[in-house]
Amino acid sequence: MGKRVTFGNTFIGIALIVPQLLLVFTFFYWPTGEALYWAFTLEPPFGGGNQWVGWQNFETVFSDPKYYNSVKVSLIFAVGTTTMSISFALLLALFVDRQLPGYRVYRFAYFWPYALAAPAVGLAFRFIFAPQAGFVSAINTYFPGAWNPATNGNDAMLLIMLANAWKMVGYNFIFLLAGLQSMPRALLEAAALDGAGALRRIRDFQLPLLAPTLFFVLVINLTESFVDSFGIVEIVTNGGPANATDLMVFKIYTDGFVGKDYSLAAAQSIILMLLVVALTVVQFRFIERRVQYT
Amino acid sequence: MADVSIRNVRKSYGKTEVVHGVSLDIPDGTFVAILGPSGCGKSTVLRMIAGLETITAGEIAIGGQVVNALEPRERGCAMVFQNYALYPHMTVADNIGYALKVAGVAKAERRRRVEEAARTVELTEFLDRRPGQLSGGQRQRVAMARAIVREPKVFLFDEPLSNLDAKLRAAMRLEIRRLHNRLKATSVFVTHDQAEALTLADLVVVMNAGTIEQIASPRDLYRHPASRFVAGFIGSPPMNMMPGVITAGGGVEIAGGGRLAIDLDDFDIEIGRAVDVGMRPEDVILDSRMQDAAATGQPALAFTAELTEELGATRLIYGKSGARDFAIAMPASSPQLPHGQVTRVHAAPARIHLFDQTTGLSLRNVARAQAQ
Ligand SMILES: Nc1ncnc2c1ncn2[C@@H]1O[C@H](COP(=O)(O)OP(=O)(O)OP(=O)(O)O)[C@@H](O)[C@H]1O
Ligand SMILES: [Mg+2]
Repeated sequence: MGKRVTFGNTFIGIALIVPQLLLVFTFFYWPTGEALYWAFTLEPPFGGGNQWVGWQNFETVFSDPKYYNSVKVSLIFAVGTTTMSISFALLLALFVDRQLPGYRVYRFAYFWPYALAAPAVGLAFRFIFAPQAGFVSAINTYFPGAWNPATNGNDAMLLIMLANAWKMVGYNFIFLLAGLQSMPRALLEAAALDGAGALRRIRDFQLPLLAPTLFFVLVINLTESFVDSFGIVEIVTNGGPANATDLMVFKIYTDGFVGKDYSLAAAQSIILMLLVVALTVVQFRFIERRVQYT
Repeated sequence: MADVSIRNVRKSYGKTEVVHGVSLDIPDGTFVAILGPSGCGKSTVLRMIAGLETITAGEIAIGGQVVNALEPRERGCAMVFQNYALYPHMTVADNIGYALKVAGVAKAERRRRVEEAARTVELTEFLDRRPGQLSGGQRQRVAMARAIVREPKVFLFDEPLSNLDAKLRAAMRLEIRRLHNRLKATSVFVTHDQAEALTLADLVVVMNAGTIEQIASPRDLYRHPASRFVAGFIGSPPMNMMPGVITAGGGVEIAGGGRLAIDLDDFDIEIGRAVDVGMRPEDVILDSRMQDAAATGQPALAFTAELTEELGATRLIYGKSGARDFAIAMPASSPQLPHGQVTRVHAAPARIHLFDQTTGLSLRNVARAQAQ
């Protein structure tokens, strides 16, 4: 490490971190504190202050089979959509890295979906994949009933996975491309002289050396699919059919704001938060260690 | 084993041409150094031989086969890169053996050949390490071993020693030459370090701005530079250069004062021609006899010493001849030259170089020079 810049004046130092602390406090610690408060209390049906109820809200959550369903579909969704978006982004990045004609243009074009709000993405997918009128409806003219996310749970799950994957592809693409381009050219040239063809070079060099970046986008994608998929589910499937796409984050919303049970929703938020934290810790502890070389 | 033939090869990036028609024949088993200043196209030529750059025009043949359209792996070249380009996620053994693995060589055979290559470059004890755990010199050896193990037709080196410190560089230089004497594979070595080129190569190719200035043995390159560029590039400090005019009676009149004796038969010139006159610092003779005989008419230049550098065995003296910078190299054992004092200097006629002022080409009579 080089020399650090230090401020002789403590006041400037404090003044510089205060805005950031304020932001973090307002948008993270305060809401988290509120959620904790809600999770351990109950609002009496006929008014009055909240009453402390200990773990009761959590017990309610864990005794509800619908909740386990929600955890299950969330996991399926997370793994499915992450796999889709990372593999597709990787494919695009590998192509762009080989500098096929026009790569400068689509390098930017790929990133745009990420700038769209989730509900907008959801709306687009709902129209494109509508069983009666969308582009995909052609399938149904040849194989009647083959595609109907409104009644078939698997179709619905596939649809929200696709929508979320499409949204994340650009983001993943940017990181993977940067990872590929930071690899010394000479390394791949040496491999080419050593006799490795393009596919072999991808397998033996580009993928292994990209592992740290892959790991990073993996963490981001999994986390994002747990906490940020609400907009898509809301617009595309509304949790249905028959709770087939009732992701945890969506259930929190329906229980809290539709069912008006803030305490139950808060308890679920806390669980989801802990889950994401645990997931991230596990990934960093056990996977990251295996992907560093130098 | 193969000869390499480069015929009128050009390279353009978009509209800019960076290699302007290069022709070079490298006989089988020859060690060739491509020498030139930064950006002159050395690496580009090397990379076109390897197949890492497309050839815009012209032809490259290896072992009689035109390779323009062949993939790098089909050309049978091994290359040592400037930054070694080792595979960071593989052990040294896997780095060295990768080419064999791709070629489908059986595991036992592979291990045997990897160990043999490692022994050649004294790496045996490091086979299980990763490149990140090696010193610069050791990495360089891994890169060498990786090239050796394939038993390639042609070795290509792109400034492989430039990241090493001076001492290690000299040692590796010697080792590369030793290795070549043993393996006798055709080698092309790109460098901008003249000492490297002159000590390693059988044949030195001097490039400048995308063209070849001269192809010659190290000795001929030094003694008979074909152009002003080569004369200035080879030798350190560079050759003293000054304009002059050929006079009757075997002399050249230096602009700004002074005269030097030459042998007119050595050159293709006529009386009255304006030329550039070159004299290597180490060819300069101090003319103490004539110090106070300026009027005797003996051809010589006036030199005023300004600065002395002791380099161990040699002493360099920088100063001025007239208004021009002038350098002299002499054995450290010779008497000191007091600063500020005017001395008269000259050189043996055979050691004086003349160049055309516009083309920069040497005016030496080639047939005669070769007969010597
Ligand atoms: N990919 C490229 N696109 C455009 N120009 C290039 C490219 N690669 C090299 N050049 C240009 O070609 C010329 C020759 O480059 P090259 O790398 O062969 O030089 P070099 O003689 O090896 O120099 P050095 O000693 O600095 O390595 C340079 O002017 C360089 O700017
Ligand atoms: Mg170069």
